[in-house]
Amino acid sequence: MARELWEGNQAIAEGAIRSGLEAYFGYPITPQNEILEWMSRRMPELGRAFVQAEAELGAINMVYGAACAGVRVMTSSSSPGISLMQEGLSYIAGTEIPMLLVNVMRGGPGLGNIAPSQGDYNQICKGGGHGDYHPIVLAPASVQEAVDLIPVAFDLAEKYLNIACLLLDGSIGQMMEPVELPPMREVKRKDYPWATNGAKDRARRVLTSIYLEPEDEEKTNLRLLRRWQEVQAKEMRYKEYYLDQAQVVVIGFGTAGRIALSAVRAARAQGIQVGLFRPVTVSPFPYERVAELAARAKVLLVVEMNSGQMLEDVRLAVNGRTPIEFYGRVGGMVPFPDEILSEIQRVSRETPKIVDDPGKAWMKRMDAAIK
Amino acid sequence: MATIAVPQNLVYERPDSFTDTPTHYCPGCTHGVAHRLIAEVLDEMNLASRTIGVAPVGCAVFAYNYFAIDFVEAPHGRAPAMATGLKRVLPEAIVFTYQGDGDLASIGTGEIVHAAARGENITVIFINNANFGMTGGQMAPTTLPGMKTTSSPNGRDVETQGYPIRMAEMLATLDGSGYIVRRSLHDPKNIRLAKKAIRLAFEVQVRGLGFSLVELLSTCPSNWNLTPVESLKFVEEKMVPYYPLGDYKVSPAVSAAKI
Amino acid sequence: MPAKGWIEVNDQFCKGCELCIAACPPDVMALDNERLTPKGYHPAHIVKDGCTGCAICALVCPDAAITVYREVTKAPAAAAAGG
Repeated sequence: MARELWEGNQAIAEGAIRSGLEAYFGYPITPQNEILEWMSRRMPELGRAFVQAEAELGAINMVYGAACAGVRVMTSSSSPGISLMQEGLSYIAGTEIPMLLVNVMRGGPGLGNIAPSQGDYNQICKGGGHGDYHPIVLAPASVQEAVDLIPVAFDLAEKYLNIACLLLDGSIGQMMEPVELPPMREVKRKDYPWATNGAKDRARRVLTSIYLEPEDEEKTNLRLLRRWQEVQAKEMRYKEYYLDQAQVVVIGFGTAGRIALSAVRAARAQGIQVGLFRPVTVSPFPYERVAELAARAKVLLVVEMNSGQMLEDVRLAVNGRTPIEFYGRVGGMVPFPDEILSEIQRVSRETPKIVDDPGKAWMKRMDAAIK
Repeated sequence: MATIAVPQNLVYERPDSFTDTPTHYCPGCTHGVAHRLIAEVLDEMNLASRTIGVAPVGCAVFAYNYFAIDFVEAPHGRAPAMATGLKRVLPEAIVFTYQGDGDLASIGTGEIVHAAARGENITVIFINNANFGMTGGQMAPTTLPGMKTTSSPNGRDVETQGYPIRMAEMLATLDGSGYIVRRSLHDPKNIRLAKKAIRLAFEVQVRGLGFSLVELLSTCPSNWNLTPVESLKFVEEKMVPYYPLGDYKVSPAVSAAKI
Repeated sequence: MPAKGWIEVNDQFCKGCELCIAACPPDVMALDNERLTPKGYHPAHIVKDGCTGCAICALVCPDAAITVYREVTKAPAAAAAGG
């Protein structure tokens, strides 16, 4: 199919539709309103389900109902709205049914602002709602990558009976880029052995997340964990750039990773031996690969649009063996490539030390830079 | 003409409770009129020093920039709950919420129904402009049947998108409601009636007579794609028939008070 | 005879929305296309005689931009005598 200019949010919406989305429930929240608006026009056009719920609480519970019926269903929101959905996400995870969640992150915490941010990494990668569970979280760095990851996300959710989350920020949601959208895929309602869609002439089914007997709840939790371990073993995804002889390894996801790539290229043009590691699945997190890269590098530089959330996972992977530096912008501020280039130049010039919290040195530099 | 502009000839000036900050509302948006009426009432009743406002999420999210009184910012829809917390620990304070269609009639239906049912002695100003203004004009629970918005691009289809909610009528059914009325801001006569209602609502609170709410039919020129003047006509011709103006609940206690 | 009025529109607040112009009963207001407010709007102003100080413009103004004056007239006899 031809490449066309699409706005991120609209491409994601249309991409989901072409991946066989059967139902969308959502609520307006900036910067992802365009997803809802696109769905409001296209889903009815195609005879598929669309409801703008009374709020995110309504939306996630509508998703829950549709997911129990075994249909391909999604919702989208942004940071504060995702917080509202936590309860519903936990219930969906505890019920072991699939769904797709799109989080177009904005500045926070609280009401924050509508500028791009990556401040929800911990929220979604560490579960989202209460209890022991792990959503599969995919972080695109471009509109095309977002569109490409949608069918992947749906398939993973359905294969592992897990929540899949497409994690991006307001800049990807709002930017326009040339995109090749997939052809329209017909809706194929699967015949899941667990779906509650009317017993007809089979034994009836109940879908719930309540296990009153602790022994049963323990079995359920272990079952969830075993499936998660399978996801970790088989579904890791990441991109590597110029890592062959890299002394400095920059690590960033989504928009931060994309901006870092520009800085890495500029630094390489100046002769610095630097490369980029960009996780695409931030959950499961590629701990082993990061550990391998750390063993060969002089220093790792983690770049994020938050105060150091993925940094913790990197530190876990590195386990104190290699120095780690951190550069972050918070509150909706988006770093420029030359900020990251300065950092790359600094860490490649200095003798890196292993410290127990790279964030502290970063804070000192931020305090000095921001009055 | 300058000789007329002397203090003894002053008929109207900007209320004290209205700060000197120019508002961010679109030109002609009647949020400004509603704000101004509240400020006038607070001045006339000398309440400013003990009033706390609760701002919504919506176009009026920065309402606190425009009132020279204490204010708090509520999460979307939760203003009546925050107001309840304030009033319960500060019974002598005057507490009011200022909410739009999304805040009150969509995400906040739970909170407003329960605040009214509990008969919380607070005042709610509800701005009904039939769409979600701040987020770009999506359909609201108050959007009229057939009305086009950015999330009902073919016009609100009642079959799949349901009917609008008449909040004043609905809340009036609750025993806890004390004074529930609907007014409009579309012409001078109705603006005067709106102000009287706002005044009465605050009087109800001052006298401890229960939960008061004034629903104000308002314009949204930007999202309706109409001029400010055309928008007033839309309210008069299309909104008033669907949302009739009137007094929906005047409790016996409020009647007896003869305010 | 009708009262004489005068209004002042504050440029800091007026957004040129024209609600006052439409509402003015003697129709004496218009936008001032020769001027811009600090925010870039053409403010409203009086363009001809006939303002009665009725304050309807201020009543409809969303920005409380208008200050209204009305000449206090005493008894009709005094007015006729030019007081």
